[in-house]
Amino acid sequence: MTEKLETLVERAETLYRDYSLQSVRDWKKRTGGLAIGYMPIYIPRELLHAQGVLPVGVMGGGDDLEIIRGDAYYQSYICHIPRSTIELALNGSMDCLDGMIFPAICDVIRNLSGMWKLQFPDKLSRYLDVPQNFDPSIGGSFYRRELEELSADLTARGAANYDEQALRDSIAVFNRNSSLVRELYELRRNQPWKVPTAELYVMLRASLVIPVEESTQMLSAYHTAVKNDESRKPMDQARVVVAGSFCEQPPLGLIKTLERSGCYIVEDDLVQVHRFLRGDIPVDGDPLENLVNAFLTDAIDSPTRYVGDGPKGAELVERTRACGAEGVLFCAPSFCDPALLDQPMATRAVEQAGIPWTAFKYSENTGQFQVIREQAGTFADSIKLWEEG
Amino acid sequence: MASERDTPVALKDEAQLKQKQMIADHFSRLGRSAESGEKNAYTFVPGNLTELLLSFDLLPVLPEINALQAGMRGKSKEYIATAEKLGHSEDVCTYVKCDLGMMKSGNVGPTGEPMPDPSVLLLSYTGCFTFLKWFEILKQEYDCPVTLLHVPYQGDGVITDSMRDYVVEQLKNTVIPALEKVSGKRYDEDRLKELLARSAKAEDDMVWVLESAKNRPSPIDAYFGGVYYLGPIFTAFRGTEDAIDYYRCLRAEIEQRLAQGQGPVTPEGQIDDERFRLVVEGPPNWTNFREFWKMFADEGAVVVASTYTKVGGVYDNGFRHDPSRPLETLAEYCMGCYTNLNLPTRVEMLSRYVREYSADGLLINSIKSCNSFSAGQLMILREVENRTGRPGGFIESDLVDPRYFSGANIRNRLESYFQMIEQKRVGKSA
Repeated sequence: MTEKLETLVERAETLYRDYSLQSVRDWKKRTGGLAIGYMPIYIPRELLHAQGVLPVGVMGGGDDLEIIRGDAYYQSYICHIPRSTIELALNGSMDCLDGMIFPAICDVIRNLSGMWKLQFPDKLSRYLDVPQNFDPSIGGSFYRRELEELSADLTARGAANYDEQALRDSIAVFNRNSSLVRELYELRRNQPWKVPTAELYVMLRASLVIPVEESTQMLSAYHTAVKNDESRKPMDQARVVVAGSFCEQPPLGLIKTLERSGCYIVEDDLVQVHRFLRGDIPVDGDPLENLVNAFLTDAIDSPTRYVGDGPKGAELVERTRACGAEGVLFCAPSFCDPALLDQPMATRAVEQAGIPWTAFKYSENTGQFQVIREQAGTFADSIKLWEEG
Repeated sequence: MASERDTPVALKDEAQLKQKQMIADHFSRLGRSAESGEKNAYTFVPGNLTELLLSFDLLPVLPEINALQAGMRGKSKEYIATAEKLGHSEDVCTYVKCDLGMMKSGNVGPTGEPMPDPSVLLLSYTGCFTFLKWFEILKQEYDCPVTLLHVPYQGDGVITDSMRDYVVEQLKNTVIPALEKVSGKRYDEDRLKELLARSAKAEDDMVWVLESAKNRPSPIDAYFGGVYYLGPIFTAFRGTEDAIDYYRCLRAEIEQRLAQGQGPVTPEGQIDDERFRLVVEGPPNWTNFREFWKMFADEGAVVVASTYTKVGGVYDNGFRHDPSRPLETLAEYCMGCYTNLNLPTRVEMLSRYVREYSADGLLINSIKSCNSFSAGQLMILREVENRTGRPGGFIESDLVDPRYFSGANIRNRLESYFQMIEQKRVGKSA
């Protein structure tokens, strides 16, 4: 690894591990603007940016946060991300956030929005209901009104008024950022040895807590650095898709474990906010309408979205084939309803397509990886053996 | 556990017998539908559009009800095992797995007759994310159309015009055309209005019955007994003359009990000594329903209000189906179901119940596989305790997975809770 690359990755990892959100505090000190947190998987960050608000991705606590008070809020059979999020809020880490947005992911995150209202009555707590009806005149109209209400809520808290041109500009800024992410994913698809997922992941996580303009610079520098790093050589690893980790994120150690066990991760569901929309959002015309239409027509087949047409899992099969993966690792958080309810349909589709798969569960604070390493290693070995056979 | 010989025969009054007959007739119609040609719609209890379905002569089928009845009949264990063998996770909703297992085992309904395949899956996505996945799963299994009604959540504790418009537009442009196509009948708004008017009549008596628990002693148990009282409204009968008759009959019986100062009837007999009055949050356990109820009855504990009896609609805040605004009223009904309310509203409602029903406290039965209810319940408990000053209790079980019902553990916790209530009373009177 070159020195520059090493510095970039180190900085990203520092941002990723900084639960106190120092980067957000610095930004607020510098600008005096509002910072609003959001839970996975997707919110229209462009709208916040256009009103001078810093959107801050909150992805739970990971494996090095000790949960002291968060466990008193949840029973043992509920996933981990809400308890670590509550922990971070109660221990002061999230004091710098002026509010939180809870997009419609599942019942746990939905109910967390109400808990936030009760626990932090002075902060903005907004449940963002996204439509499951994708007809522009029905679901689209509803979603537009949701966004207008969100915009008004932000203004009421001190953000700038909604401005069409500002939103067009913000869409362009985020388009650039998203296209860089797509380029990095493409580079990883083509030369996975150049872009280890553990590195890419911390880049994407770091991007959640810094202004998008800084993220774009960072991703661009990282792209250049890894592309030019000739010291990274290909190895005989199995190409796999990691599916199911879209909300509560696996610990970094688990991602590294998968890579060390003989897998090249060439496609994944991690930090999906960067790739929830497949392409750029048009900048011409009514920008709010463009945001709405992008959500309706250009979003991925997330398990949080109703799939009315075609067999479930078809998109995963398509993605797996498109990236030349040889197998799928279903890697879902324990007690994650969207991922685990989807999984039997997805595994069936993958199996019918003749794609090998295996499945395991984790929680964001999983600390023991030996069993997963053995499972993933065996899976990678078997792929290689079949391939050679 | 008592042996079969020791178990007393449950007392059944006229209303109960009437309900039993109504349900038997309904399942019998479903069982004969292949011959009769009657069509059906599989749908969910929260946000059910029974009046709309009946206006198209579609018979409602509610997989949750089938699952809970499978739990009560001791069939859920094998059904869940069947689904888990097919790859469904042990972490997820047991209603889904029970339903799927039942389908894979021949789809025999609670009366022993085979259930018909769905003519349409009406996915009323109200207050529970799992519904969305449930019908995506069923869609893979059945060759039938699916129509989705997305009911927005009351995130800010209110129903806005935007939310109402969204539901009404879906009804007009998506759901009704789909039902027209399946049933082969045109949408008849006059007929829908007649059904809605009948619903409102039955709802008046139903609310009276539930609110009778404000009396001391309460003539009803509003949780264990409440699930029976709510059956006809929740399931296939809202909007029918049968539902009106049933609630009229039930109300008359409760009025009589009230006049005579009688406590609720339980399967073990009448509770004559009401020692504890509780508000209960969360669904009951179905696999050990009678044993569970007995734990309360043995202690003279009567549930005077519950939230589970509001999942199919909250009526005690004044809501009634309004025939003059047929689609709007259906939209408001859907959005007002209990699990579609945000947590501050739920806390407010529970605190009000504790006060208005003169309850000794709030007891939560936290259900492992129902995040819609369970996520946030520990906070609800603390908030309600703080607001009412009355102690809260917390027990855990599951809907239909018998592996998660630990009778001894629940009994211990209940006994401790009742002791705590008594100690508080002693402290107050000292």
